[in-house]
Amino acid sequence: MTTDLGNPVPAPAEPGDGGRLPGTPVLSIRDLSVVYRTLAGDVRAVDNVTLDLHAGEVVGLVGESGSGKSTLAYGATRLLRAPAVITSGNVWYAGRRMTTPTDVLQLTADQLTGLRWREIAIVFQSAMNALNPVLNVHDQLTDVIRAHLSLSRHEATTKAASLLDLVGIPRTRLRSYPHELSGGMRQRVMIAMALATDPEVVIMDEPTTALDVVVQREILGQILDLKDSLGFAILFITHDLSLLLELADRIAVMYAGQLMEVGTATEIHHEPAHPYTKRLLRSFPSLRGPRRELTGIPGTPPDLLSPPPGCPFLPRCTEGTDACATIDVRLARVRTSADPDHVTACPFVLPDPELADPELADPELADSLSASGAEPAGISATSQPNAEELKP
Amino acid sequence: MSSQATLESAAAVRGPLALSADGLGKDFRLGRGTILHAVKDVSIGLYRGAVVSLVGESGSGKSTVARLLAGQERPTAGTIRLDEHVVHLSGRRAFRRYKSEVQLVFQDPFASLNPAHTVRYHIERPLHLHQQALSRQQVRQQAAALMEQVRLSPADKYLAKYPHELSGGQRQRVAFARALAAEPRVLLADEPVSMLDVSIRLEMLSLLDDLRTRFHLAMLYITHDIASARYFADEVLVMYAGQIVERGPAEDVTQQPAHPYTQLLVSSAPDPDNLGGALRNRAKRDPSNGNGAVGASASSSPAVGCSFSPRCPFADDRCRAQAPALLQVSSSRAAACWRLDVAAPSVYAGREGGGDVTT
Repeated sequence: MTTDLGNPVPAPAEPGDGGRLPGTPVLSIRDLSVVYRTLAGDVRAVDNVTLDLHAGEVVGLVGESGSGKSTLAYGATRLLRAPAVITSGNVWYAGRRMTTPTDVLQLTADQLTGLRWREIAIVFQSAMNALNPVLNVHDQLTDVIRAHLSLSRHEATTKAASLLDLVGIPRTRLRSYPHELSGGMRQRVMIAMALATDPEVVIMDEPTTALDVVVQREILGQILDLKDSLGFAILFITHDLSLLLELADRIAVMYAGQLMEVGTATEIHHEPAHPYTKRLLRSFPSLRGPRRELTGIPGTPPDLLSPPPGCPFLPRCTEGTDACATIDVRLARVRTSADPDHVTACPFVLPDPELADPELADPELADSLSASGAEPAGISATSQPNAEELKP
Repeated sequence: MSSQATLESAAAVRGPLALSADGLGKDFRLGRGTILHAVKDVSIGLYRGAVVSLVGESGSGKSTVARLLAGQERPTAGTIRLDEHVVHLSGRRAFRRYKSEVQLVFQDPFASLNPAHTVRYHIERPLHLHQQALSRQQVRQQAAALMEQVRLSPADKYLAKYPHELSGGQRQRVAFARALAAEPRVLLADEPVSMLDVSIRLEMLSLLDDLRTRFHLAMLYITHDIASARYFADEVLVMYAGQIVERGPAEDVTQQPAHPYTQLLVSSAPDPDNLGGALRNRAKRDPSNGNGAVGASASSSPAVGCSFSPRCPFADDRCRAQAPALLQVSSSRAAACWRLDVAAPSVYAGREGGGDVTT
């Protein structure tokens, strides 16, 4: 067990990842499943999700409403209440202060208090509702600071003022109440609160969705600046894939409680493997470049009370086959991708070595495919005939 | 007046003028003698079968314009004309008659439907109110037909539901069906898709587009997403601090923004083709940039001069002293900026001897 839990001395804010080994995740979600127990049965909100967040990294989690992205984040931080139940999985956390990997799901209530905010902080979706309307900014900030750090009242006030500096709000605003602040300022106060205790992981749940594009951009730029100077990692939850392409290092695409694809922003943008990702990419209007055909994604996500067998996207997928209804959805490497960490749940991009298309397993062919500009990871004529072989 | 004579709306080619506003203004008294000029001198024309988009940040007065056009608020200046007749909304009957022609769809489908009533109530009530000649049987048929129009089928299944049983997209479809029940000629849509998921937005916009052509509606599409205006609208009007700062054909305004504020809007939209570059480099290049603009929003715009001048990179002494009027740069395009020659030289050079379009 960790000994420095609730350590009163704030760790120095080292830039970068504090000399830790690169590639060691700060937050590692393993096979996490969450169900909502309802009278009608269990709703499988998060189904066997595995996702890593490395130090100083921005991981974007994108999905439609009801896809389970918020449930995943709140499940990983033990913020869910009944009727939500975590049915399986581990969430390993290891940071600068808590160096021994700790399973968040096994912590006692006291230990959780030490982890929350101190190690993992959350910026909630609606700053309007997340701030207390009857407390001013100073009181809300010092409340957090004094609850998690052993500082005197005076020190806490100084710290609160410096936090406002950090997010670019004039110190005079300390005495303001939430209703006296604009939406953008409220969101900045939320970010300041999350950063109050120098956490290693900041989960941002649609932090800019309610804001104007201009303000949104300012705040996103600021978040990246702060990330670079303070060295925390971000799990950024949104339904706006276009935003993530620009902001995130890696993107995880979630659908019906399962991850459909995980890859770097560049891979997701230029070589999306999963049909759902491809449809998502074609469903927002582009401001620049030629006008392109917008397709959207007709249909609705499946009812998670009784999810259909096989791939959950099948009813809306234009590229689906009979084989999709029987497959076991799991993430596996996209063979045609240069990046070994680019994984997808669609078997038609050949993830599983045993089921793999022998032709595409040939690296030369894979290379030539991507070089020739043919849709590299797509459902091309080459992979289609093997639909039958994929049946387990 | 002369503005309408020389400046042609890009939406005019679609059909005849249905609803127009001239020099529309709305002041709100805030107490202690403070007056908020929410809308200042806005002229707008909505044509049958065309979409005009009003783009701007929150607090810029876009929703107030919609509420003025819908008759929910009384303008403090200017006139509204429906089919060339000046609109006087005195009394219930005049208001109801106006509402049967001009309908408003709100942003939040979670708040605009009554949770205590079924979908059937929401759809049948406007049918009873606005088409009183209909029999009970006809009302039921009409309601079912409207549900099919907004692609909620089977109609009976959805008519029996309560709002909480519907998803956000389905609720917004009900809101559209309710607006269409009055058989309006003008549909004012105030951020109709911004509360919805990205994947659903496009479907809703294509539904709106479909309804526009099918019912030959004159449509006002209010949004803060200028990219969707590019795809959906014929004409784009950009609003800042209660005023129209730029207007023109959707493609021209989004591809070659002339006013510095439009330029800021366009450059702030996510640009997936510039992976990480713009956002990160911008942040690195000028770390004070984000901070400097915090206090400078439209609400803190100065009393004199151009309201955008505190945030404008091109602002000079004249901008801070005198408010610019809309300057016509082509037959269908105008921008309110003194420094257009510097801010958008290519647009400025292309103007055909156009002068001041408003006085």
